[in-house]
Amino acid sequence: MELDVVELSRLQFAMTAMYHFLFVPLTLGLSIIVAIMETVYVMTNRPIWRQMTKFWATLFGINFVLGVATGITMEFQFGMNWSYYSHYVGDIFGAPLAIEGLMAFFLEATFVGLMFFGWDKMSKVTHAVVTWLVAIGSNFSALWILIANGWMQNPVGAEFNPVSMRMEMTSFFEVMFNEVAQAKFVHTVSAGYVTASVFVLGVSAWYLLKGRHTELARRSIAVAASFGLASALSVVILGDESGYSATHTQKMKLAAIEGMWETEEAPAHFNLIGAPNMEERETQFALKIPVVMGLIGTRSLTEEMPGINDLVDEAEDRIRDGIIAYDALMDIRAAKADATPEMTARFEEHSDDLGFAFLLKRYVEDPRDATEEQIAQAAFDTVPGVPQLFWAFRIMVALGFAFVAVLAYFFVRASFYNMRFPRWSLWMAVIAIPTPWIAAEMGWFVAEFGRQPWTVDGVLPTALSVSNLSVTQVALTLAGFVTFYSILFIIEMSLMVKYIRKGPYMDVAETDAWTQKHNDRLSGRGDSSVQPAE
Amino acid sequence: MILHEFMDFEVLRVIWWLLLGVLLIGFALTDGFDLGVGALLPFVAKTDVERRVAINTVGPVWEGNQVWFILGGGAIFAAWPPLYAVSFSGFYLAMFLILAALILRPVGFKYRSKRESETWRSAWDWALFVGGFVPALIFGVAVGNVLQGVPFYLTEDLMPMYEGNLFGLLNPYALLAGLVSVAMLVMHGAAWLVLKTEGIVAHRARIFGTYAALVTIALYVLAGLWLAAGVDAYAFTGEVVTDGHSNPLLSEVEKGGSWMAAYASRPWIAIAPILGIAGAALAFLGFKAGKEGWTMIASKLSITGIISSVGLTMFPFILPSSIEPNSSLTVWDSSSSHLTLFVMLVSAVIFVPIILAYTAWVYKVLWGKVTAEDVLDNSDSVY
Repeated sequence: MELDVVELSRLQFAMTAMYHFLFVPLTLGLSIIVAIMETVYVMTNRPIWRQMTKFWATLFGINFVLGVATGITMEFQFGMNWSYYSHYVGDIFGAPLAIEGLMAFFLEATFVGLMFFGWDKMSKVTHAVVTWLVAIGSNFSALWILIANGWMQNPVGAEFNPVSMRMEMTSFFEVMFNEVAQAKFVHTVSAGYVTASVFVLGVSAWYLLKGRHTELARRSIAVAASFGLASALSVVILGDESGYSATHTQKMKLAAIEGMWETEEAPAHFNLIGAPNMEERETQFALKIPVVMGLIGTRSLTEEMPGINDLVDEAEDRIRDGIIAYDALMDIRAAKADATPEMTARFEEHSDDLGFAFLLKRYVEDPRDATEEQIAQAAFDTVPGVPQLFWAFRIMVALGFAFVAVLAYFFVRASFYNMRFPRWSLWMAVIAIPTPWIAAEMGWFVAEFGRQPWTVDGVLPTALSVSNLSVTQVALTLAGFVTFYSILFIIEMSLMVKYIRKGPYMDVAETDAWTQKHNDRLSGRGDSSVQPAE
Repeated sequence: MILHEFMDFEVLRVIWWLLLGVLLIGFALTDGFDLGVGALLPFVAKTDVERRVAINTVGPVWEGNQVWFILGGGAIFAAWPPLYAVSFSGFYLAMFLILAALILRPVGFKYRSKRESETWRSAWDWALFVGGFVPALIFGVAVGNVLQGVPFYLTEDLMPMYEGNLFGLLNPYALLAGLVSVAMLVMHGAAWLVLKTEGIVAHRARIFGTYAALVTIALYVLAGLWLAAGVDAYAFTGEVVTDGHSNPLLSEVEKGGSWMAAYASRPWIAIAPILGIAGAALAFLGFKAGKEGWTMIASKLSITGIISSVGLTMFPFILPSSIEPNSSLTVWDSSSSHLTLFVMLVSAVIFVPIILAYTAWVYKVLWGKVTAEDVLDNSDSVY
């Protein structure tokens, strides 16, 4: 593969985004787990819960800071590497980003300082509120960024303006309540909760295996297993919702995930595994399960789901239509102020397909000069890499179900078996620590790679979205990011390991004093000022 | 949605131009002292404890402060998409340097004191210095370039094409503007350290602050004189439509004349440079007299004046093009659509007061000086 500016910019974006998303899910989930623990502390007054809060908050902090730092890159990169994209859709895409700053970033960033520095400066309840505000801020930010991303997948509430040569917003309401965005939001934050739960579970299991900090570890497992199980179920259900909405918003992505080349009679079968082949345009050695895909995709037994080949034919029609839109646009531009209503009407009739004409820009300067071969080629370009999507999706889904099983197991042991965990299960929890990250990265891969060749589905091709930069410039920053991020990753991991090995700071005298009072109270001689809720 | 029709497009554009200024000033007033403290760190604090004291004065607040910057970027993207597209891609490598510096900074704050090793800590101290000094310099250099016009043009499809390079940005006038920015933020950082620390760190910060205030005045006046004498301005030549669709190519612009003409047509804007100079002079007196609170306020006034003076002088220009003036971005042709500006204004009106309220509360909770005892007693939880 020859690396031009488009490929390098994509590589850089993928690299920095996936790196950023190493830290985000843990932030989303651990902020809530810490807030839950602190709430228990406020309600019960038991020192162990404060020690738990502080311990997990320390790990949260080490992770949070890299999420913040690498997030700045994400915001800058649209302008730096994707300037035509920024011009073309900034009117819609920029708004949720700015609102994210106003509503979410300020909240989490202003209070995260107090969360760490404010323990002695305010009451217990106030501090717990501060911790919750950090958690809420983090989760709000996921909402707005997914509204922005949801619009790239399903660009509603906007239309093309031929004078300003860009998409402009027609309904903020539609952008905000985009069905794709809403399903994605819950799916993504739930995935974050699962990530944090598996992390807390794994670290605690390691303490139990080593016989260290068992009080903290058992309670942490109880929180992680119950919170995690609910979240893992939510991930699977909302993932299904995303699949359902893709049936009518992103048919090509869905067909590619399925490796479904031909339209089948309803209800379609599900290819459990197989070997999709882009050259032969078929999925070989497929292990088929009847009916299931039709049920997932359409929730009916009669609705048909289009296959890749039919969708390519559809794309070819839209390219031809887009060429008419492009021609009308050029007429309007040439006429300047004298554009007639007929010109505008002709453009508006075909403007929905303008983006498809832009697909030809890879092959020819003026889409109107395109040959039949080029049109056919551009139409086939609308098929994303089927084998990659096919497998990434299956890995993600398999892990998703595995999380439900593991967390359910620990939930049952914690609830009904008096918190006794066999050693093999503890080892399993330790080994499971990295797996939610794999699932999350696969999920983003399916979402973004599956949208190719578009940055905004059906509106703006990726190849057209880039900045006018030289290969050297992008190669230089890509190398810079790789080096810089690798060093930071090593440093972050080493600190995480150091603080996990070090364990929580336990104030023994405080714990003993509390236990003494607690026992006194239970035996009826107690001083009434201590009233634990348990 | 039809509500937005009740506000003129023209008015919304001016409001968003003002809000852009408010965000940049908000950033300079809050994150500005963090950057200044970073740039001063190796010089005002020598021992490990001194450095931890200095770092912990900004420890609890830098994250919130930095959001002013992130929101500034987001607001430019949302309200002025062409400006975002042209400047971020045009200043590509400079942007990368800012990014690298701004990534080092948070990590430096958080990780520095998490290991005992001296090498580890001193490496992060230098990272914090770079993270403070480099952005302060580059922001000023960027402003210096904007005043002179930037070598870009827009194609018929409004694709930004940039003809310059990193070294072209480092021209003498831009470097002077960069130094104004560094001096101004060092003054601000020193004022913060004097307010938040005591003893030797405060003493050293006071000395640096005194000089920084003087240097700010001298360099700012020099930059103003140079702007009057040696930098070409930009002006519309044809008819100006203030409420049309955003397309910079539809208006005609000419390079020539002086930016100082703005002061003849709108004399009231002179208040901005006067505030810039008077604020720094008051800060100088404040450092001398040991009036900590007043010094901080004076420093804020000076920064507000200096940044406003740039915007007010250039209005309605935002980013002039030196090679094809017709491509220049102005308030009237580089904004988002009418509806988007309105939606964003509504969210700003709702959230900005809330943000200001809780930010004020956080600063109130954290009120008071940071001492060596604070740092050593809470060694595990602070930076």
